[in-house]
Amino acid sequence: MSQANKHPWHMVAPSPWPIVGTISAFVLAVGGVLYMHEDIPWILAAGFALLLFTFFGWWRDVVREAEHDAAHTNVVQQGLRVGVVLFIASEVMFFFAFFWAYFNASVPAISFAAQTQWPPADIVPLDTWTIPFLNTLILLTSGATVTYAHHAVREGHRDKAIVGIGLTVLLGAIFLGFQIFEYGHATFGFTDGIYASSFYMATGFHGFHVFVGVCFLSVCFFRARAGHFTPRQHVGFEASAWYWHFVDVVWLFLFCAVYWWGSFGL
Amino acid sequence: MTAEHHPTGWRRWVYSTNHKDIGTMYIVLSMIGAIIGGGMSWYIRLELAQPGIQFIEDTQLYNVLVTAHGFLMVFFVVMPAMIGGFGNWFVPLMIGAPDMSFPRMNNISFWLLVAALVLLVIAGLTGGGPGTGWTVYPPLSSATFHPGPAVDFAILSLHVAGASSILGAINLITTIINMRAPGMTMHRAPLFVWAILVTAFLLLLAIPVLAGALTMLLTDRNFGTSFFIPEGGGDPILWQHLFWFFGHPEVYIIIIPAFGIISQIIATFSKKPVFGYLGMAYAMCAIGFVGFVVWAHHMYTVGLDVNTRAYFVLATMVIAVPTGIKIFSWLATMWGGSITFKTPMLFATGFIALFVAGGVTGVVLSNAGMDVALHDTYYVVAHFHYVLSIAAVFAMYAGFYYWIGKMSGRQYSETLGKIHFWASFVGVNLLFFPQHFLGAAGMPRRIPDYPDAYAGWNMVSSIGALITAIGTVFFLYIVWHTLTRGQKAKANPWGEGATTLEWTVASPAPFHTHEELPNMEPAQAGE
Repeated sequence: MSQANKHPWHMVAPSPWPIVGTISAFVLAVGGVLYMHEDIPWILAAGFALLLFTFFGWWRDVVREAEHDAAHTNVVQQGLRVGVVLFIASEVMFFFAFFWAYFNASVPAISFAAQTQWPPADIVPLDTWTIPFLNTLILLTSGATVTYAHHAVREGHRDKAIVGIGLTVLLGAIFLGFQIFEYGHATFGFTDGIYASSFYMATGFHGFHVFVGVCFLSVCFFRARAGHFTPRQHVGFEASAWYWHFVDVVWLFLFCAVYWWGSFGL
Repeated sequence: MTAEHHPTGWRRWVYSTNHKDIGTMYIVLSMIGAIIGGGMSWYIRLELAQPGIQFIEDTQLYNVLVTAHGFLMVFFVVMPAMIGGFGNWFVPLMIGAPDMSFPRMNNISFWLLVAALVLLVIAGLTGGGPGTGWTVYPPLSSATFHPGPAVDFAILSLHVAGASSILGAINLITTIINMRAPGMTMHRAPLFVWAILVTAFLLLLAIPVLAGALTMLLTDRNFGTSFFIPEGGGDPILWQHLFWFFGHPEVYIIIIPAFGIISQIIATFSKKPVFGYLGMAYAMCAIGFVGFVVWAHHMYTVGLDVNTRAYFVLATMVIAVPTGIKIFSWLATMWGGSITFKTPMLFATGFIALFVAGGVTGVVLSNAGMDVALHDTYYVVAHFHYVLSIAAVFAMYAGFYYWIGKMSGRQYSETLGKIHFWASFVGVNLLFFPQHFLGAAGMPRRIPDYPDAYAGWNMVSSIGALITAIGTVFFLYIVWHTLTRGQKAKANPWGEGATTLEWTVASPAPFHTHEELPNMEPAQAGE
């Protein structure tokens, strides 16, 4: 510790980012309503830009505290890990809501309002064993590459770690490309009833999480090149790897429930 | 610590990374919320004092007042006071940590709540306001019946408040798991710490489900999805499931911190350790766990399958068991104790009596058959105001009087505190007890008018509201009086009964505490 502290905890210096982040959230919310009701997109875009600026500044400070201030002692790292696990737990519950909506619409034993036929008669779902299955393989492979990178970091092989993280980012980007292609070729749109609603909401939020994971891993790619990750200290990368595995597992549930089981009724 | 860690002026508060300053800001925010939300309820009681329309000719306005009152009291009064305020202040002090685990994230948790409050105010002032009730059920909340931007602002307000709560929950759990002082095992942690831990887990797992539901409502309203719209194959009941899967844990989020505060106070003023400490801790865990599997008892009248209803009756009644453990353990703590009835203890004993009253009507309402008759009547209003409005608020007052010396360095006036207690006790009982009779007689909630037959008890209730309102204004005077005229508080004003670590530091607590970690190994702790 830089100060003469008698304890190992990180006493964070006062920071402008929380209030800047709050302002961005407020501008986003007001801009969102103006976009939805008045077709004014600029305030929403401004809020988003401010949010990105907050992310950049905040995480820059965290990296500096880790790299220059040596503030992340072992117990502080442990706290960060606990925090990441809890965050992922809350994300699981977020997807829980969308899975609930999906099964509420498709399983008559759950709801009297469920469809008697699934997929509904007017829906031609995507073919499970083409792009969706390919995407499953891509994402599972990316899980392997990120684990490869994790082992490399722990054993101090920086070059292998950079390759592993880079491959993971690439596979994530390919996954997103295929998903955009799939959306473009689907025969049903976002507004075509409950099947389309639950399909696009669940897979769309998953896709957004893949995008976030790709961004997170991209930052780790550059941090790995800068030599930030050592065998003893690499919480930032660990967090991105855990997040990536979480995104992977959600996809397996989506693939099994929405794409595969969801086309049994054909 | 260096000077940069202790900025002055506005930066001290806006850029804060100090758990005590952030806790103080939470408490101030909760008082602002209480003045607005309490003012609304006072206006509602004025309207309901007599049959016929007195002031509120626009019934949408009445609905907006009821909605905003609920949102404010739940999200902007009770939660910030107990979790953000007392939780922030006293969890680190009680476990022997120098601050929270993530001090900077702690600050955004607070400020996001301010943004959410502003969004809620905007919601109330645009396009007729959200007249949906705090439950925001579609189809009333759909674009058909609330086409304006008000409900969208309310949804986004809840999204932002939810983000604030999730971040706060992550922070509190990590702090409690990771930052306890040497020797402070979980089984030695004060019950308030246990209460906050359980509450934070409920927040962490329940709020995201609300976020998912709100997102679906937002896309239904604005982007053409059909989650809750039958024409597109959707299901309005789905909203109720998702809402109450969040909403039932939410009511425990409100009351479990109160359990923690009451446990500390009862032990302190009985000069005895809490009876059945481990049972008390795990009873809160049990309440938290069972709280996730009882949600549909809010939905007995929507046409659920009879077996489903039977399950939810049973599961709901099970909650009375761990709750009973808590009540009887508090009584057993007092039994044979050397009790002094200082103001915090008065509020704590008042809490027990009135929480029992509200709990008993809860058991009545848990019966699906009974609930068909009582659903959406004032009986339900009386029930949840006894447990939330009275019990939770009494716990907040108790915590305020218990800890204000530690927080401000000045002690309240015992005489004024006792006057406040008796005004509150008489006021709230006069206010809410008659509502049981009104509900049992069939008076529906959320309607500004009623038949003449209900006139008598409504007048009594409104007189109770007047007494409560006077008591609340008197409390604001007590706050002012304490901060400007209060006696200097000692490090431990309560004597030998107060054994937790916050009483080992000076009053007011210095900016940084526990910079040298306390050692709680049994030999040093004197056990």
